[in-house]
Parts: sequence; structure tokens; C-alpha cells
Amino acid sequence: MPKTHNRYFISLVAGAAMLVGTATQADVESTDPIILTLHDWTGQYITTTIMGRVLQEMGYNVKYQQADYLAQFAGLESGDLHVAMEMWETTGKDAMEKSLATGNTIDLGETGMRAIEEWWYPIYMKEKCPGLPDWTALNDCAEVFSTAETAPSGRYLGGPVTWGGYDDERVEALSLNYEVVHAGTDAALFAELESAYQRQAPWLGWVYTPHWAPIKFEGEFVEFPTYSDECYTDKSVGINPNMAYDCGKPRGWIKKVGWKGGEDKWTCAYDAIRKFTIDNQAMGTMVGEVDLDGKSVEDVVENWLNTNQDIWTTWTQCN
Amino acid sequence: MTKRATMRIFLPHASDHYRTIWIWIIFIVGSGLIAGFSQHWSWAVNFPRDWIVPLRFWISDFMEWLIKDLDFGLFTFKEMTRSIAWLLEWPLAVASGILVTGFSFSSDPTTEAVIPPLPWVALIGVAIILGHWMRNWKLALLVGACMTYLAVFGRWESAMVTLSAILIAVPLGIIGGLLIGILAYRSTTFGRSIEPVLDLMQTTPVFAYLVPVLFLFGFGPVAAMISTMIYATPPMIRVTMLALSRVPTESIEAGLMLGCTRRQLLWKVMVPSASPSLMIGINQVIMLSLNMVIIASMIGAGGLGFDVLSSLKRLAIGSGLEAGIAITLLAVALDRLSQSFATRKPKKQGEGKLRFHRHLIMATALLLGTWIISTYLPFIRTYPESWTITTSGFWEDLVKWINVNYFDQIEAFKNFLLLNILIPVKRFMLATPWIVVVAFVMLLGYRLGGWKLALLTASLALFIAFTGGWKKGMVTVYLCGISVVFASMIGIPIGIWAAHSERGHRIVQACIDTLQTLPSFVYLIPVVMLFRVGDFAAMLAIIAYAIAPAIRYTDHGIRQVPTQLIEAAEIFGCTRWQILRKVKLPVALPEIMLGINQTIMMALSMLVITALVGTRDLGQEVYIALTKADTGRGLVAGISVAAIAIICDRLIKAWVSKRRAKLGLDEN
Repeated sequence: MPKTHNRYFISLVAGAAMLVGTATQADVESTDPIILTLHDWTGQYITTTIMGRVLQEMGYNVKYQQADYLAQFAGLESGDLHVAMEMWETTGKDAMEKSLATGNTIDLGETGMRAIEEWWYPIYMKEKCPGLPDWTALNDCAEVFSTAETAPSGRYLGGPVTWGGYDDERVEALSLNYEVVHAGTDAALFAELESAYQRQAPWLGWVYTPHWAPIKFEGEFVEFPTYSDECYTDKSVGINPNMAYDCGKPRGWIKKVGWKGGEDKWTCAYDAIRKFTIDNQAMGTMVGEVDLDGKSVEDVVENWLNTNQDIWTTWTQCN
Repeated sequence: MTKRATMRIFLPHASDHYRTIWIWIIFIVGSGLIAGFSQHWSWAVNFPRDWIVPLRFWISDFMEWLIKDLDFGLFTFKEMTRSIAWLLEWPLAVASGILVTGFSFSSDPTTEAVIPPLPWVALIGVAIILGHWMRNWKLALLVGACMTYLAVFGRWESAMVTLSAILIAVPLGIIGGLLIGILAYRSTTFGRSIEPVLDLMQTTPVFAYLVPVLFLFGFGPVAAMISTMIYATPPMIRVTMLALSRVPTESIEAGLMLGCTRRQLLWKVMVPSASPSLMIGINQVIMLSLNMVIIASMIGAGGLGFDVLSSLKRLAIGSGLEAGIAITLLAVALDRLSQSFATRKPKKQGEGKLRFHRHLIMATALLLGTWIISTYLPFIRTYPESWTITTSGFWEDLVKWINVNYFDQIEAFKNFLLLNILIPVKRFMLATPWIVVVAFVMLLGYRLGGWKLALLTASLALFIAFTGGWKKGMVTVYLCGISVVFASMIGIPIGIWAAHSERGHRIVQACIDTLQTLPSFVYLIPVVMLFRVGDFAAMLAIIAYAIAPAIRYTDHGIRQVPTQLIEAAEIFGCTRWQILRKVKLPVALPEIMLGINQTIMMALSMLVITALVGTRDLGQEVYIALTKADTGRGLVAGISVAAIAIICDRLIKAWVSKRRAKLGLDEN
């Protein structure tokens, strides 16, 4: 990030002293830096770094900027930020649609990864609650999953309120004897999981993938009735005829979003970003290498670029 | 201190006493009536939804207009703020060029820098020389050790990113604060009108104005720097106003007699003679700026704050702790240097210059020397990664060990407090009719400070109700209230101990300095691992952060009890315990209450952080607004927090000045 703070300074010195000629870059439409946003989870860091490296290979200048997952739309709309590599259907769809409606941002297509978000338990809980992963077993095990505060109801640790997910509604619609506690941040969520896992203690909470948690900790997603759009919108659909949300969570796309103005400014770059795809498997492995084996994101990405040259070179062919 | 005043400690005025009792009886009966008829008067119990004023939408609309439509003719409002941001980006680019990136003179970021950044060896050396120049070898060693830590634990580059932002934000904050303070000192109207603004700046959570700042100044380090300045400048303004008004009149008269102009009088007489007090302000600006490092990194400042955040996202407790300690050490180094700069004894003219030259020459030689050598020996320029060490494994194992072996005991203790104290208090607070609470703060205000204060506290409380934050406001009061009670219960005895033992005093000082600069995120994750997500974990985090002033002011207050009083008590044959209980504590109580006041302020400022572990209070509201980029919602919730803070502050200060008057102590 700091690499580019001195842009203005550089241009001044370069202009005044005529020390260096024009940039020695390959012929790209514009050498203004393309600003990619970074959020706070490793997977997004990796996708963004891969894209950034590929754009650099094409001759573009790239700058990374830390920005909040949802607050970044303000920047994308005004052109302060240019590309966001991961917008999840499950958590960011509303914000993204709202932003697209302004006409200042554009949808740059899917990343090929599928987001799964669901209630999740560590594998050792299967012994204490044999009916799992079927959701109907949850009520029999409410006592097992309870804490002093929630007893006799079970305790389910949901994501931050801002993630949505309709867990409170789901508990009511499926008459689950559970209390939904919201974690505040995903760090707090996984801190609790880590703590429980160390003690092999009961834990039920919101886990998503691609993420390092389901790689580091062995466990399973609860199997709820399959999601459908109607289940969320139509009360009569599903097992509970009087309520919506009587099913699991949607599994969805992860998309790239960009500032509209960039399309004309860096046409080939945007084309490459559109072509970017990767699958859950490859991503999960890389996330594991970073978060569990302690390698640096840069090394892991470099390694991927070297072994997958045939993949990313197809993105760079601009037409 | 007169004899009569001493007597009054023990004998409150009788008629006053009865009036107080009557007022409270009326209040209690009234509350009982409302509770009894709650079915008929439901509007008095739960604040009616349709009374809520949609202030947050008005603010959001106003913001939208400001950004999209406001046009001054030649340029728009947004263009104006953006050019301010652009101006500020310059010094920041230079600073980070010197410390972090070097200057490459090419727009291609992959080329090697032509002028490399300062080598780490040189910076540590310069810090040591600076320490020696300002005071002595002890300071030089301390500063050198702090800087070496940054290199050895592999935090050098991040620390330099943070340092370059601090080096720009702090002087700007100091100069800005000084100028505004001088203006406020000169013009009473301006001074009076700026007071409430300063109150808001200091008590509104930073997250609340992060969104508008982002909108106006764009994403990146500059927006982070501007938020830092909003947060860190008010103490400087306050201190300047106070310090100038306390310049002895003799100095001013002497200056006038010598024929100073107004400007000369200010800069040559008043500012120098106020400088010891001004240093307190500078120290505060540095400390608060470093407090902001984490939050600033959320909106693109990078550096150590980002290291802390990203470590904790991976649950790498140890590495988060190391980065957090790096922030603390940076704060310690800057603080000690700035303090010695202030208290430096003026040298004899010739000697001082010579000494300065010697240090300057040494520093220059070091910079040039290492810079030339570093082109041949790269390890002098950048600290080699293989030389770094880490203790992170140890911390993770420690937390794991505690978790595996002691979780059940911890859980039992936690459940006891939760079920017997926290949950009942929360229920009580939420069940109390809003109108009773408003009446309560109004009555308190009336008793302590008359109608004016009553009007202020009541209208602030009504602000929270009418903008729709009542429920979350009460949860806030409950969480902060309980934390403050516990913090006082722990902090005051520690303060008393520190006041009676020199060694205790030193140990305690070091501990609370660390607690205050160590980012709370660092201990938030272990706390969640051991205590689960919820109010209890939040409470612990608040206590850890807010306990410092309770200790500090108690210590200070007891040390300031006049020795004559203690001697008199000894002559009467009081035991040590009696002296403490009957003399020292009552006399020090106003000071202790000011400490508790500060504790409350700090507890409220922790709210937004605790929202990250899942509380449901105004802090959460601010946090949600931040993630949704909702300016109005964030500001309204933020101002509600400020309203609670101001109510507490004014009530406590009114009580303190009443009490002080009773004790016959003067206002200062």
C-alpha cells in the first residue's frame, strides 16, 4: 500500500528535474494505478493479489487499498476505488444491487467460487448428538448446545448483525429451541470456535467457505431443507405453511464489482478481470497455506502464478 | 482550609437535607404511579414509535446534498474537501518516502527506489542521539530499546508507515489546536461557542464520523489522518485556552511595560510562559493519535494497526500482541522524547549550541554513513527477515493452556456474575419507564446545579428518546454503568495502595500506561476465547481500558490531601485506618469522582470496540451504520453516546464543585 503514496511527489520531482523520461511501461491504455480493494479475510486477499499480479504482468500499475467490505461502495461509485474482487451473494447482494442501480458501478462477473454459509458444528459433536447433520436432530440436542445464559434452549452463535442471514427468522419458522447470539465480528466468531475446539466442547455457529476455519477444524454443515427463492418470499412454501425462511441458506456466487469509469480507461484490464475465475478447491488450498502453514500471501500467489500460467495467460489476451 | 470547613465534612446542612428527602419522595411516588398504571400510560413506559423524529434521514439527505449538489460557483463542496485531502497527501507522501518506500522518480512501482528509505540502523541511531541530546543516556537507551524492538520483532516497515502518519498528524494537530486555542482565548464569544463542539468531538465515537469523512476526503491514509486529528486535537485546544488564561498577570504586565506589540506579547511572553502546560496538550495529542492507529487502519492507513487487525482475524493472538506492543513502545518513545523536550533545562548559551552541534554532526554522519554503506550491505538498509524473532507461539499456547485447564472455573465465575448481577440489572434498566429516567436525570441536575443544568440533562436525555435510540441507550447505560462500578471497585483500592507506597506508585504507573496505549483489540480475542461472545466479555474489555483514570486520580487525590489535616488527625489519636476512612478519602473524594468521570468517558469510548464482540447497544448501532455507510444513522447514534457522556460529566462536575465548596477547597 505505501508504495504509491509518493505518486504526487514523484511526478513533481520527475517533472521539475527531468531526471527520467516517460514510464518504460508496455503499451497499456493508461498508467494511472488501478486501485483494488482489500478486506479483512485471507481468501479475498489472495484473489485480489492474483488479479493485481496478473494486471502488473500486463503492464498496468496496481495499487491496493484497505477498505471495508460494504463501505467500499461509496468509493467505487466515486472512482476513489476501482475494483472489488469478492462480493458475496450471501452477504453483499443488497448493497451491490443498490450500488449498481446508481449506474456508477458495474458487475464484472462471477469469480467461479461458490459461497456456502450455514450452521456448522465440530465433528466430535456427532457423538453427543447422533442425529446430525440432519436439522431435525437439533431440537433433541438443544440441552447439549446450551449455556447457562440460554438454558434450556440451545445456543447458536450467528454472524454479525450486518451479515443478515435470517437466522432469527429461521429459528422461529422451524420452531428450533435455540437462541441466536450475534458475534459482532468474524474474529469473535472464530475465536469462540477455536476455544471450543481446543476443549472439544459443544459449539454451534455460523461458518462459511471458502474460509480457513472449515480447513483447520474438522466439522460439518447442518443439513436444512434445501433453499429456494420461494422459501424466503412465500410463506406457504416449505414445511411451515405459515412462515417464510423455513429452509437453509442460499449458496451463491461471488462476484467482482468495478467502478464504471474504469471500463473505458483500462479496457483490457477490465476484460482480464471479467475473465478471472478460480474454484473453491484451489482457493481453499491457498487459504490453508497462508493461514495454517504461515506462508506469506505473496509467496503463495507467486507459486500459483508459476504453476498455472496456462490459466491466467488466457485472461490477458485482450480483444 | 478553615476549622469550620473541616467540621462540615461531617455535618451536612440540615434544612438542605430535608429538602432533598422530599424531592426524592415525590420522585419515587411518581415513578411508582407510572409503573402501577403502566397499562393505561404505556406511552410513558415505552417510548412511542411514532414520536420518533427522523433526524437520521435528514442528516443523510443533508450529507447527500453536501456531496452531490453544493456548489460555490467556482468549485463544488466536494472538490474543496478533495483538494484539502490532496494538499495533506503531500507531506504524508514525503514522510513515507523517507521512512518507508524511498523515492523512485518513476511512475512504475516495480522499479528499485533511486533514493532508498532511511536504513533502520540509522533511525535507531538517530533516536538514541535524540534521546541523549534531550536528556541523558538513560532516555537514549530507553528510546533505542523501543526502536530495536520494532526491528527485532519484524515490525519495522509497518511501524514506519504508522510513524510517518503520526509525524504528520501530530504537528498539524498541535499547530491547529494551538491556533484555535489562542483564538478562543482572545475572543470570549468564540471560546464559548467552541465549548460544546469540543465536547462533541471528544465524546462522539470515531466510527460515527468515519463515513462522512470517507465520503468527503476519499478512501486512504488522508481520511484516516483527518479522523485522527478530529479525535486528537480537542485536548490541545482546551489546554491552550487554560494555559493562556493562567499566565501570571505580572508576566503580561512586564511584557507590556517593555513595549511589546500584541503579537510579540503572545508569542514571546505568553506562549513561552505557558509552555509547560502546553506540553500536556502535546502529550495528549500524541497519545490519542496512537490510540487511533487501529481504527485508522480500518479505512486504509495500513501500518501497525493493520498488523494487529489482520493477526487477530486469523486468531494469531501472539502476533497481534507483538504488533500491539509495538504501538505501545512507539507511544512510549514519542511520549518520553516530547516530555523531555518540554522539561529540558535551558543550557548556558555557548554550551547548548555546542552540544546541539555535536549531536547534529553525529546524526548527520550516521545518516550519510549508513546510507552509503547500505548500498553495499543490504542488511543495513532493511532488517533481514531471518534475524527477526517471535514469541507468538508461546502466547497461543498459554491461552490454550488456560482455556483447556481452567475454562470450567472461569465459566462458573462468569455465570455467577451474569445470572446474579448483569442480567437482573439489564432487565431493570430496560423495564424502567423512559419518563422516569428523564425525570431522574432532571432532578439530579436540579439538585446539583440548578435549573440550567436540569434543563441541559433533561434535553439531552430527550434527544436520545426522540431520535429513536432509547432501548439501545439504556443497554449502553447498563453495560457502561456496571463496568464503571467494577472498575471503581478494583481501581480505587489500587489507587489507595499506590498513594501509600512509592514502589507501588511506580509499578502502577507503568501498568496503566501500557493498558492505555495497548490496543484493546489485542486482548479482545483472548477474552472472547475464555468468556464467550456477549456482555461479559465486553464488560471485561471495558474495565481493562477504563480502569486507568480511576487508579490515577485516586492516587493523585490522596497524595494531595493537606498534611496539616493528617497531622491533626494523628494528634487526635486516629489509627491509620481511621485517617484513611475519615480524613483522606472524604477530602480526596472530589478528585476521585473526577477520576470516575474520566472512567465513564473512557468506558463510553470503548463501546464501539465492544460492539465487535456482539453487544446490542449504541456502539453496535454506530458500527452497523459504519458498515452500511449510513451517515445519518451513525451520527445520531454517536451523538446519543455523546449525550450520555455529557450528562454524566456535567452531573459529576456539578457535584464535585458543590462538594469542594463545602470542604472549603478552592476551585482550582
